[in-house]
Amino acid sequence: MPRHRFLVGVAVLSLLAAACQPSASGSPTESATGGPTGSYLERAEAGEFDGTSVQILAQWIDAEGDNFEANLTAFAERTGIDVQYEGVTDYESYLIRQVDADQAPDIAQIAQPGRMREFQGEGKLINLSEFIDTAAFEANFPSFVDLVTVDGGIYGIPYKADLKSIVWYPNAAFEDAGYTIPETWDDLVALTDEIRGTGVTPWCTSIEHGDATGWVATDWIEDILLRTAPPETYDAWVNHEIAFNDPAVLHAADLMAEIWFTEGNVYGGSTAINNTFVGDTQNPMFAEGGPDCFFHKQASWIYTFWPGYVAATETEPAVVENEPGVDSSFFYFPPIDPEFGSPVLGAGDMFMMFNDRDEVRAVIEFLATPEAAESWIATGSFVSPNLAVPEEWYSVYPASGLAEILRTATVLKFDASDLMPAEVGQRSFWDGMVDWVAADGANTEDVFAEIEASWP
Amino acid sequence: MTSPAVPIERPTDWRGLAARLAAPVGAVLAVAVMVLSLGFLADPDGPQNALIGLYNALGLTGQAEALAQEGLDPILSKAIIAVVGLAIGVGGIWLIYIGAHSVLELLGPRWLSRLVPWVFIGPALLLVGVFLVFPSITTIITSFTEGDGFIANFGFVFTDADMLIALRNNALWLVLVTGGSVIIGLVIASLVDRVRAEALAKTFIFLPLAISMAGAAVIWRFVYAWQPPQEAQIGLLNAGWTALGNEPVPWLQTPGVNTFLLILIMVWLQTGFAMVVLSAAIKGIPSEVIEAARCDGAGESRIFFRVIVPMIRGSIIVVATTIAVAVLKVFDIVYVTTGGRFETEVVANRMFNEMFLFRDLGRASALAVILFLAVIPIMIINIRNLRRQGIGA
Amino acid sequence: MTERALPATLTEAGPSPGSRWLGYLGVRVAIVFIVFLWSLPTAGLLISSLRDSDALVETGWWDAVLHPFESAQQWTLANYATTLGAEGMGEAFVNSIIVTVPATVIPITIAAFAAYAFAWMRFPGRTVLFAIVVGLLVVPLQMSLVPILRLYGNLDLNGTFLGVWLAHTGFGLPLAIFLLYNFISQLPKDLLESAFIDGASHLTVFMRLILPLSIPALAAFAIFQFLWVWNDLLVALVYLGVSSDVAVMPARLNELVGTRGDQWHILTAAAFVTMVVPLIVFLALQRYFVRGILTGSVKG
Repeated sequence: MPRHRFLVGVAVLSLLAAACQPSASGSPTESATGGPTGSYLERAEAGEFDGTSVQILAQWIDAEGDNFEANLTAFAERTGIDVQYEGVTDYESYLIRQVDADQAPDIAQIAQPGRMREFQGEGKLINLSEFIDTAAFEANFPSFVDLVTVDGGIYGIPYKADLKSIVWYPNAAFEDAGYTIPETWDDLVALTDEIRGTGVTPWCTSIEHGDATGWVATDWIEDILLRTAPPETYDAWVNHEIAFNDPAVLHAADLMAEIWFTEGNVYGGSTAINNTFVGDTQNPMFAEGGPDCFFHKQASWIYTFWPGYVAATETEPAVVENEPGVDSSFFYFPPIDPEFGSPVLGAGDMFMMFNDRDEVRAVIEFLATPEAAESWIATGSFVSPNLAVPEEWYSVYPASGLAEILRTATVLKFDASDLMPAEVGQRSFWDGMVDWVAADGANTEDVFAEIEASWP
Repeated sequence: MTSPAVPIERPTDWRGLAARLAAPVGAVLAVAVMVLSLGFLADPDGPQNALIGLYNALGLTGQAEALAQEGLDPILSKAIIAVVGLAIGVGGIWLIYIGAHSVLELLGPRWLSRLVPWVFIGPALLLVGVFLVFPSITTIITSFTEGDGFIANFGFVFTDADMLIALRNNALWLVLVTGGSVIIGLVIASLVDRVRAEALAKTFIFLPLAISMAGAAVIWRFVYAWQPPQEAQIGLLNAGWTALGNEPVPWLQTPGVNTFLLILIMVWLQTGFAMVVLSAAIKGIPSEVIEAARCDGAGESRIFFRVIVPMIRGSIIVVATTIAVAVLKVFDIVYVTTGGRFETEVVANRMFNEMFLFRDLGRASALAVILFLAVIPIMIINIRNLRRQGIGA
Repeated sequence: MTERALPATLTEAGPSPGSRWLGYLGVRVAIVFIVFLWSLPTAGLLISSLRDSDALVETGWWDAVLHPFESAQQWTLANYATTLGAEGMGEAFVNSIIVTVPATVIPITIAAFAAYAFAWMRFPGRTVLFAIVVGLLVVPLQMSLVPILRLYGNLDLNGTFLGVWLAHTGFGLPLAIFLLYNFISQLPKDLLESAFIDGASHLTVFMRLILPLSIPALAAFAIFQFLWVWNDLLVALVYLGVSSDVAVMPARLNELVGTRGDQWHILTAAAFVTMVVPLIVFLALQRYFVRGILTGSVKG
């Protein structure tokens, strides 16, 4: 994900009304997360750490920040631990400055596992394996264990998952035209051709995002690579055990180019792709007088950028036009080679621990429980990577649909560009995508060779 | 240069001595108060605790407890900190200078004249040392030791393709912004004092300087905004461009054009500064000098180039230096608009990225050293200018 | 500058250069054109900030100027209400004032003393020290970030107003000393000499003679330092942080660019709010600024 993360708003109150609210005590998963008696969390709940304080730093502000804080506040009231939350934009560089100044907070969120490894290598992080129940942890976060494990120790608590392998479309127009949801890549290409035949550009896609321009295209490459090559290839690519311009990657790029660079496939053509703000990509889809495009592949939070969406404030609920689940929906970005099943590309946030005190350990253990995200899940805008979260908590679209995709996924891989060194993942890979689009895909070999050359 | 004259000896009398002792004693007390207050300022709860103490001292324990319970209104608390800070910052600093001076006076005239310069420049040197010299030395050492060593750190600057673009861009910025701002500023300054609405005109030119980089970025994003051809252009530049029958151009993402457009933002910001200073300098030229030249039959352009420009040469150098230095450090504009992408990279922005994004402290420090080296010629020009004015040693 | 002090002329200066050759009318046209050009981007921002959020992205702002009374334009102040309230610009405004005033006044005092010493005192190492100070003009702020952050960490100064005041003082001193030196060193020499012959000490000369004479330069630097601190993003971001109880206006505006990048109606209003105070300050001090710099008028 780029440095400036999009703001994800809260879903409307009408959606909230439908959400059921199981009580924390009745949660069937407590045995799984509670660990052995005398865990720090239990000691905290018993009031042992009353009067202490713990700082948490994360990138969530405004409505997102309120959602995150809601469960913390309840925890703080129960335990007497003063949990001080600070939400920051331009988060990553701020955190780095704090760490470099030996001013790291007790607990900090991070979206880039690569950065987590870096801090671990510098000896800044606390090894969580020393006190958490690792068996329960591995049972609850099977897809994420590898990601947060360094040198045999666990250094991160996965907290939030963002799914990227989904394609949004306008319901009513889609159904009126008699289209059906594509189940395979061939279906998708055929439907693309059919829509183009009617004189409408089938796709909306764009990558302009200020100094993070290009990241949308990297998601496409990664998603297609997962569908055309084994997960081991993906991992080897991330770790630079194979060249960045390995034939497998070039093959993925070619498939992507079919969609992106076929004349009439994308609204506005390559100039529009490179210069339309990511948050405005879908506007033609909701044009008055029928959609000017039908497909928009983008992560789960994009609906907060629908035209007419107004984020919630302290007093007003959010206003959502083209409501997800009513006027707009998404389908799973279909598999390409059946051999590789139904992979999911995701991103996510995890918590790192910088300062080792008993009350900080208690908060870390709390963040690994489903209850730490309960009220955020209820808004329908949050998917937890924690399998201990009861299915019935996901009652609100889009989270309900996302949770379904997560459950049926055969492979879950983290966004490659967030795992690569920043020189590649946050610079040359993005730049390469811009050049590639500008040339309408005519320079694939050169672009990928250039990115390979930039690897530090 | 003047050497201070020996002060006149005063006859010693007790009252005079007491008066002379009072100043140093007062100064010592003032310093003690300042140190305490600095501690108070560094503590965010300072105002609250101070008020609680005050209430307790006055026997108003009820109010003190209430305050401890509820805490102080944040705005009020901040206002107290600001007022105390200002009082210490201004009053305290004056006390230090006056106190130190009076201590020196006790030592006698010889020591006074020898040490008084150090009293005057001491606080400035201390602050500059802590905030600039010490970090700079740290940085220079880092550029030799961190990362892959000295050769790799500096080698990358002159071999990396992106870095070469950054160096080229910095050269463009330096020449075009400095030249553009000074020339346009000088032209406006020499024209504007003939116009009755001088202050008004100046205000309009100066106005951009009052705008933060973030604000300027918003303004110019709006000017350079791009919309798809089938939609109405809301950006001024593309509106004009399409009116001429062209396709709209994404200006900021078009290599070759975008750096010049970013430079334009900086010229727009800096011209007001050049104009204000140069205008003041032109006004400082005695009218009889101009009149004399006129009587000799010199034309206006000749007067401008032969009389005015040489006479305000010092001011021009000051303005050019100030702007050139600001340009070398240019960071905000690039950071906020393009982040240094699309071939708009400049050294200072790359340094920020190396430090906080790629976390290569060695390279970042090497870039800082490069900026230092780039500025040495500017320093030489300045020092020569000072020498020419007969002030150099 | 001049060798001797001249009586101040508060009347209009005589005919000045670059005018006769163009003729008065030509000059006026040129000035009006330049002013128009320079104001255009800002005018666009101001007009946009007063337009309805939908109209703003549908038509160019000049459209509103050409047809000011069409209902489609929907002039409104709603953007400002949103910005100051829900978007937190109101509190950021207070924080900006608290940061800026001390960070402007303190460095001027310290710099004036130093500039006077460099200009009119002899002491070993004077040239070298002054060259170092001028050289420090170019130290990029980024160089100081981490060492000073570590120092502040030990002193517990991170996130305090005091830390930001000190940082701005340290970073602002080289320019302050440099500009004030340029002014003070050009004051008439015989004036100071006669004061010393009368037995005045350096402190007296500085307080009674130099400071009053330097008011134009002090005011000039005050304006520049005020603008610099008020508009600074980097120092405030690093040493103060961005939590709402300390964030200054540019930091808040930067957040809005990051989070509301497509919501022009909020951005335009927020950007204009940040500009209002510097503008007022400049207008208020402009009189001193322009009149005062007409060479030091010294009578008695």
